[in-house]
Amino acid sequence: MDYTTVIKPKNKLLEVDFKEIWRYRDLFSMFVKRNIITQYKQTILGPAWFVIQPVLQTIMFMIVFGGIAGISTDGLPQALFYMLGIVSWNYFSDCLNKTSSTFTDNQAIFGKVYFPRLIVPLSTVASNLVRMGIQFVLFIAVYLYFVFTGSHIAPNIYILLIPLLVLMLAGLSLGFGIIISSMTTKYRDLTILFTFIVQLWQYATPVMYPLSIIPDRYRWIVALNPITSIVETFKYGTMGTGVFSWAQLTYSFVFMVILLAVGVVVFNKVQRSFMDTV
Amino acid sequence: MPSAIEFENISKQYRLGIVSTQTISHDLKRWWITNIRGKEDPYLKIGEVNDRAHKGNSDYIWALKDINFKVEQGDVLGIIGKNGAGKSTLLKILSKVTAPSTGEIRARGRIASLLEVGTGFHPEMTGIENIYMNGAIMGMTKPEIKRKLDEIIDFSGVERYIETPVKRYSSGMTVRLGFAIAAHLEPEILVVDEVLAVGDAEFQKKAIGKMQDVSRGDGRTVLFVSHNMGAVKNLCSKGIILENGCLVYASDAVSAVDEYVRKKESLFSNDTEIVISSRHRERIMSLDVEVLTVKFEKESNNFSTKDPISITFKLKGNKDTDHFHVGGIVLDFEDRPIGIFFGEDILCIKKGEIKDVTLMINNHNLSVGKYYVNAGTGKGNHITGVADFDIVNNVLDFEIDEFDKDQQLGFAKWYSAWGNILFSTSYK
Repeated sequence: MDYTTVIKPKNKLLEVDFKEIWRYRDLFSMFVKRNIITQYKQTILGPAWFVIQPVLQTIMFMIVFGGIAGISTDGLPQALFYMLGIVSWNYFSDCLNKTSSTFTDNQAIFGKVYFPRLIVPLSTVASNLVRMGIQFVLFIAVYLYFVFTGSHIAPNIYILLIPLLVLMLAGLSLGFGIIISSMTTKYRDLTILFTFIVQLWQYATPVMYPLSIIPDRYRWIVALNPITSIVETFKYGTMGTGVFSWAQLTYSFVFMVILLAVGVVVFNKVQRSFMDTV
Repeated sequence: MPSAIEFENISKQYRLGIVSTQTISHDLKRWWITNIRGKEDPYLKIGEVNDRAHKGNSDYIWALKDINFKVEQGDVLGIIGKNGAGKSTLLKILSKVTAPSTGEIRARGRIASLLEVGTGFHPEMTGIENIYMNGAIMGMTKPEIKRKLDEIIDFSGVERYIETPVKRYSSGMTVRLGFAIAAHLEPEILVVDEVLAVGDAEFQKKAIGKMQDVSRGDGRTVLFVSHNMGAVKNLCSKGIILENGCLVYASDAVSAVDEYVRKKESLFSNDTEIVISSRHRERIMSLDVEVLTVKFEKESNNFSTKDPISITFKLKGNKDTDHFHVGGIVLDFEDRPIGIFFGEDILCIKKGEIKDVTLMINNHNLSVGKYYVNAGTGKGNHITGVADFDIVNNVLDFEIDEFDKDQQLGFAKWYSAWGNILFSTSYK
């Protein structure tokens, strides 16, 4: 029999064992299940929290940004405009927050037993998908209500891009998350910095305002944010209003691919010795 | 027969101290030298052997240094050594929790580790859910677990609670469930670290039996770390001794244990008075009543079975304390605890006061052999709860060299299999 396991000090930069990750797919699905069922164990309302949260947040936005500040929603019903922004942004930020503490949160188990560490952030992103799905169904319900009460909203062919958009949100949050978690094992300063950045990031994303109200001259700044085109395409595809461009979407996609590649490499390097520095 | 695992030049270096602003410049320097200039890491050339008791000069220490050995398939290898000798680091590297600094390990077959049983149990999930979860963490597939589910539940003996969240389990039940899963992993190589320290006696017996089945029946390889020399002798076929991160002895299990005991006995000290220093304290204690010195009152450490042993403690009060006691544990040179002695809670001391207290152990009935003492101060009992003020380990060594000074008992030789106590008897 040949050697099946070889343990060496350092692996090469691009030596990522995807086969191994595939072998552990059962663990992946169990982590996903665990994340979902343990989130609301011993709560009375249970999964209803998935729905309550975005509803309250939407109402809040309608009062503050729509009412008091009077920011335009591109002529769309405020409830729909904000809810779609919230559902998509929350998915991104939830995933990012959770994956960025992968190493510090799982110290205890990582210190005892080996399995491909990448399974953990992957399962986080996947289990949040369920939550987002439920919230999206809520959005559709509200959407249908507005359609039947005669609002001028209409979906178009770009609605078919939604699976891709969700995938891109997942990819971007995973990419950022694993890079952050790799960097924070040794220097905890970054944890504080990143929490802060994610909060500010929301303001640089057209969630509470439409991209169209930004003057053309400055629009490129907001457009540098890879999340911008995703949120805008969401709105454009479902409601027919918003700024859509293939160029920007492609930019976000390429951004995601590069980010993920860098993330996986960095994460893979850190996972081998993080127990000594964490 | 081919070897199951080969360790080649395995070393592990740790950096001492804390992560600070200096660390970042240090890291950058190291990164620059190795990655940009493509040279060898200069820090891997320095460092000291890992001796925790003495303060060294280097920030780098070797938790393991140049470990080379092979484990044959079907061997049960016992790894013995003092605390801090590098046993756990070795197992951590083997189970891929951390990477070695140099060297290479080559293994044939799946490695499963029991560094701590019940790893990854989620308290909110039921026993059965955790079996699947834990099995998957250890690398089993779902159908594999399903096939063995009944066997695992049966082995763990927690069938009644299997649908209850694990947070409601007692610690013994958690350990049993964890071990049951691990025991049914059927890996080619099983790594075990001190799991047997927990769990009740009946379960320990079951667990040891299972481990023997694993190695004998199916030619599996087991690596076993333990402080229990008896368990190593009984369970293992081979043994190695680690000392300060280096491999100093490799042979069969019985001679490895004997060598370890012999080595320890060679450090047997004839000092009858020990001045306590920080190296005697393994943990940080309150030191309300501090032990300054301990000594044998008769200024000799040779006793007979019938001799009382008197130990004088020089104590310092760092706080007004009353109703405390002095006491200790007697251990043999296989690190087996033999018995405990302590006085009544009737002592008192004022802050700043230094006083001598002598405690006499009567009728100890210890048989011929070498022993050592861990001593301490404290108060309370198992009803009120015990508070320890100071615990000092490995303080006095002594030897029982004959049974009775006046009249020799009828033994020519004492066999180790007879144990450590000569009960006092009389015909009725």
